[in-house]
Amino acid sequence: MTEESPNRALHDIGGIARFRCTPVEHDEAPPDAFGKKVDAIRQILAQKKMMTVDELRRGIESIPQDEYFALGYYERWLRSIAALMVEKGVIRQEDLA
Amino acid sequence: MAAPPSGVNLALLDKLVAALSAKGLVTEAEITERQAITDRASPEIGARMVARAWTDPDYYALLMRDGKAAAEAAGASMAGAPELGVLENTPSQHHLVVCTLCSCYPRALLGYPPGWYKSFAYRSRAVREPRAVLAEWGTQIPDDMEIRVVDSTADYRWMVLPMRPAGTEGWSVEKLASIITRDALVGVALPRVAGSD
Repeated sequence: MTEESPNRALHDIGGIARFRCTPVEHDEAPPDAFGKKVDAIRQILAQKKMMTVDELRRGIESIPQDEYFALGYYERWLRSIAALMVEKGVIRQEDLA
Repeated sequence: MAAPPSGVNLALLDKLVAALSAKGLVTEAEITERQAITDRASPEIGARMVARAWTDPDYYALLMRDGKAAAEAAGASMAGAPELGVLENTPSQHHLVVCTLCSCYPRALLGYPPGWYKSFAYRSRAVREPRAVLAEWGTQIPDDMEIRVVDSTADYRWMVLPMRPAGTEGWSVEKLASIITRDALVGVALPRVAGSD
């Protein structure tokens, strides 16, 4: 991910050459039940001022590279939301064990 | 990208919901309700906005001045939504929307972002070779027409206002809305009049 700038973060992929020859897969499927539920939880927590979109992104962007690419889209969201709630002291790490 | 979630993460979701419920923060009923609201948002809202802007100069002015107010006037639920900017296509300039960093998208008017909008290929290539990306949708933009690629952010979302195609004179707002697709509102496609090619 860092072929063009050593300072680029994992998610910062605008214009990078890595996907230059990769056609855009015309995936039209709506999120599955798991994805929709994660999405709904994110919206509820945002509405209750428990987290912001920027915090969600920071959490996603903190996922180590190997995991980042192995996880599905809403799996990354879930990991971020769970970590944020623990970080803020809303829930405990043991609750998720 | 579209593989099913792992058992570990399915379990994590259940534990997260249980922990948040125990704190009184999230209930299953709230999740169901929120999901239903999200499911109702669809590109039809954006299509109605464009069709109305094509036919009603006052609404066009509102849309260009205050996208969020125009979306609310069209029935979108914009409470808590980020600002909405509208990018007007002209004979000399075409617009394409991407979110290079993640997947920011005007969900209140277009619904869930499609899988391709979130893909690494779309996010990285749209800003580097937009014409090649558009060609994958069968969309040819004339060489002398500029393509302006706009990056959505967490705080500001964008919708394209396509040009009204020839052959639609005298059409009703409903009929106009029927040719405005989600892809046209993102900028990967253009509205087409059936049988005009």
